Amino acid sequence: MTETLESSKLVGQPLKRKEDARLVTGETNWTDNIQLPGMLYMAILRSPMAHAKIDRIDTSRAAQMPGVVAVYTGADLAGLGIPCVWPVTDDMVGPTFPVLAADEVRFAGDAVAAVVADSRYRASDALEGIEVDYSPLPAVIDMTAALADGADLVHSDKGTNKCYYWEFTGGDYAAAKAKAEAEGGRVFHRQYIQQRLIPNAMEPRAVVCAPMAATGEITLWSSTQIPHVVRVLLALVTGIPEQKIRVIAPDVGGGFGSKLDLYREEVIAAVVAGKLGRPVKWTESRSEGYQATIHGRDQIQDIEVACTADGTLLGLKVDLVANMGAYLQIITPGIPLLGAFMYNSIYKFEALHFGCTGVFTTTTPTDAYRGAGRPEATYAIERLMDDLAAELGVDPLELRAKNWIKHEEFPFTTIAGLEYDSGNYEAATAKATELLDYSGLRAEQARRRESGDPVQLGIGVSTFTEMCGLAPSRILSALKYVAGGWESSTVRVLPTGKVEVVTGTSPHGQGHVTAWSQIAADALGVPFEDIEVIYGDTKMSPHGMDTYGSRSLVVGGIAVLHAAERVVEKARRIAAHQLECDPADLDFEGGVFKVRGTPGAEKAIQAVAFEAFTAHDLPEGVEPTLTADSTLDPNQFSYPHGTHLCAVEVDTETGAVVIRKYVAVDDIGNVVNPMIVEGQVHGGIAQGIAQALYEEAVYDADGNLVTGTMVDYLVPSAADLPHFTTDRTVTPATTNELGVKGVGEAGTIASTPAVVNAVVDALRHLGVHDMRMPCSPQTVWRTIQTAAGASSNSNGAQS
Amino acid sequence: MIPASFDYARPDSVETALAALAAGGEDAKVLAGGQSLVPLLRLRLAYPSVLVDLGGVSELRGVRDDGDALVIGAMTTHYEVMTNALVREHAGLLAEATGTVADPAVRHRGTFGGSLAHGDPAGDLPAVALAYGAQMVIAGSGGRRTVEAADFFVDYLQTAVGPDEVLVEVRVPKLGAGWGHHYEKFHRTAQAWALVGVAALVRRSNGSIAEARVGLTNMGTTPLRASAAEAALAGVDASAAAVASAADHAADGTSPSSDLHAQSDYREHLARVLTRRAVASAAGL
Repeated sequence: MTETLESSKLVGQPLKRKEDARLVTGETNWTDNIQLPGMLYMAILRSPMAHAKIDRIDTSRAAQMPGVVAVYTGADLAGLGIPCVWPVTDDMVGPTFPVLAADEVRFAGDAVAAVVADSRYRASDALEGIEVDYSPLPAVIDMTAALADGADLVHSDKGTNKCYYWEFTGGDYAAAKAKAEAEGGRVFHRQYIQQRLIPNAMEPRAVVCAPMAATGEITLWSSTQIPHVVRVLLALVTGIPEQKIRVIAPDVGGGFGSKLDLYREEVIAAVVAGKLGRPVKWTESRSEGYQATIHGRDQIQDIEVACTADGTLLGLKVDLVANMGAYLQIITPGIPLLGAFMYNSIYKFEALHFGCTGVFTTTTPTDAYRGAGRPEATYAIERLMDDLAAELGVDPLELRAKNWIKHEEFPFTTIAGLEYDSGNYEAATAKATELLDYSGLRAEQARRRESGDPVQLGIGVSTFTEMCGLAPSRILSALKYVAGGWESSTVRVLPTGKVEVVTGTSPHGQGHVTAWSQIAADALGVPFEDIEVIYGDTKMSPHGMDTYGSRSLVVGGIAVLHAAERVVEKARRIAAHQLECDPADLDFEGGVFKVRGTPGAEKAIQAVAFEAFTAHDLPEGVEPTLTADSTLDPNQFSYPHGTHLCAVEVDTETGAVVIRKYVAVDDIGNVVNPMIVEGQVHGGIAQGIAQALYEEAVYDADGNLVTGTMVDYLVPSAADLPHFTTDRTVTPATTNELGVKGVGEAGTIASTPAVVNAVVDALRHLGVHDMRMPCSPQTVWRTIQTAAGASSNSNGAQS
Repeated sequence: MIPASFDYARPDSVETALAALAAGGEDAKVLAGGQSLVPLLRLRLAYPSVLVDLGGVSELRGVRDDGDALVIGAMTTHYEVMTNALVREHAGLLAEATGTVADPAVRHRGTFGGSLAHGDPAGDLPAVALAYGAQMVIAGSGGRRTVEAADFFVDYLQTAVGPDEVLVEVRVPKLGAGWGHHYEKFHRTAQAWALVGVAALVRRSNGSIAEARVGLTNMGTTPLRASAAEAALAGVDASAAAVASAADHAADGTSPSSDLHAQSDYREHLARVLTRRAVASAAGL
């Protein structure tokens, strides 16, 4: 049997994930599963108040309770804090963020004391033995009020609740606006609210730290997305020498950005384990995590476009107020900035003005949540495009097509200064409209409106793009981000021909083991099964920038490819030496080097690996072992795009929204594993729908988290979600060899505006122009009532 | 969070369960399926001294035919109730409503008696028991007593079951031929509590509605009967217009609570809309 090289390629095949047999049969190693001899358990006392002065802490009773080994307060751990690594402006206000609050608590759930005991139960019991006297201070919850003169302050020593103002411009917005006004065009303004969300990774956070007194080493297991970054930061924060710190991210059950951080509990566990000379474990409960793990979104978005009378876009102005929460986690201030370049999305503008004000409130800190800045941007521009189309009386798809970058115009430098390498918005949109039966549903919508059906139909459009592949280090530098955006890989062919791929990415559900195996198998010509992927342990995989921002494939996967190609080149030199030919005379097919024109003169890469191991007969200047490294700093971002269309039925009597049909056509370039992509798209859409219809973290005026458990914070399950019709167009990226773009966040970015646009579209004829998220039944019903009241009042005035 | 420590008793009869409760004093709690109690323990919102687990009391499980009524053991799980042939034949509303409780995991653990004895007005089954006019059989040290559903639900999370008593079984009367039923549950996610639920039992006769019984979920501190709507429905034509007109009275006399997901006026509105739908469906309209 002869197979062509093409048909034997594994990249592009829907191979079953190598990870799953182990995961679904429970052979897993979650951090909380780790049991070590002599291990102690930590529990954290959390503030019941949003803002208060700590007058007194008495831990003496708790210290006497059964099984308690130690109790620590802020005074005991003074000087230890969480650093912010993204000071977005030179004058940014960056308050000290102590690992345990010493004098003042600043959000409900703020850490006040740590108990270490011989069981988790006894540690929890002892929390109730700690006495704290608080003097309440005013809660600061409303962002607008927080920015007003004379506002109560979160950090009184800072004199302001403003964290920063960051501005970015392209072109001259004032000129674009003047042009629109002069030509009889429009200046169209909307305000949208990005409600606060709670990330809800399936696995809560957990950390185990084991010290080794004799050497001063610590091993820290953490349910984190970023073991490499945690290691560096732990070294900087604790003073433990970096070479003595080993950080391991074992099986990690999701993160969605919430585990892209250095957390207080990691620092406390590391320090306390060292002090006590025993391993210490801390595991978050779900309700504890709702207060102690970062939240996402929470922005007020003012967006304005200037356009000509026929709807040609000229200028875009965006003013954000972004909630930081009480303190800055590692990249809190930068999150809104990740959206700054995306508000113009797939459209051509002459001018862009973006401004963002970060504000402190007495709430849980915000930070990256799936999409991080880009879902917010996409929501605002896509909501606005639908609203503008309605205002102009044109079809929302038509308005978009008039303004988007045509496929023949790529590469295209946007008004935000990014060079989009590739895209075909026409193709994705054409496919999506066909799959939805766009015209058929529009006809049904008209019939339902005509008949006054209590159940109205709406169609929402979301054409989107995003920047993935974080990130070119030079751009991160320009944005004042403290670290780089490179990724690393080592590929080793072992003496027996089996392969180890070391990666600096840190998978937590994405399927890197499978995808990296596919890439390496193709490059090396070895069986998929022969490849082991090593990750998530700073001792085994010493270099990496970890996993977030849909970066792993576009940066880390390409690094795997480069390392594998370097292995092949080294093997080629050894094979040529042994086959007594010039390296250039060797063809490499299916893992075998063949001397061109000499049948039978060949050597498999596995055999070469053994030769490299024995080193008995290597060419001059070639070192033993068959291994190579690559550390890749990307030149450009990648730009996945797509068109998502959603049809909803809205019960105008109850306000209930049911998704009738959801079509997602994504263009993520070439695909390594379509099954993994499908999973990412499904999960992403679900998370975006969750924001549109279900989820919101709510604080009351006193700063209590009202949605403190899953009874009130509604995470939809499969039972609440429709069938998704998914498809793809393929416009390969031109900026990397695989032509890949990234898919980790696409669904989340695209789906929220598609759904809300559909809800508003269903009700526009009733006078509804906007709907605050989440579009809960009560919100939908009230919005209809308000619109009906407004229209009957105006009718009354006319009659 | 994780629970504070407590003692645990696992009796194998009602008698020994009552003894364990008596021994445990006023902080003893009965553990049925645990679907409401265990979360309270985990959040440390309850600190019982002893949990008396009825899971080993086999006499409390199962459904039997007692002539004019079904007798359902208090520890019969939701799954057993909704799939039981007798319940499906003679108490279709109960089977239907039980199928909407939470999710499959909860339905395999949670029990009919536990749900009633917890007395949560947001639970689906109290309103159903009320609509049926079910009778609750309660065992105590002095023997057994029977309490009508109308007298059973005393206040929020408070029932006629005393701290030293156990709900042992529920008698659900067979309604006979001519009755239709529907449970209309309105909730935000599949697993969530009802914002409002309406349990309707309707007997049609000669083109009119002879009798309607309407139980309301989450419209007050206890489950309620929509008495004004029931009165308005009695004897009216089995028509959509007549049902709609009667359903406008569904919220009369109720005082539902307000929370994050529904203010009281929205709940009242929902009660009217859902009663219209539930009654129309039960009447086969």
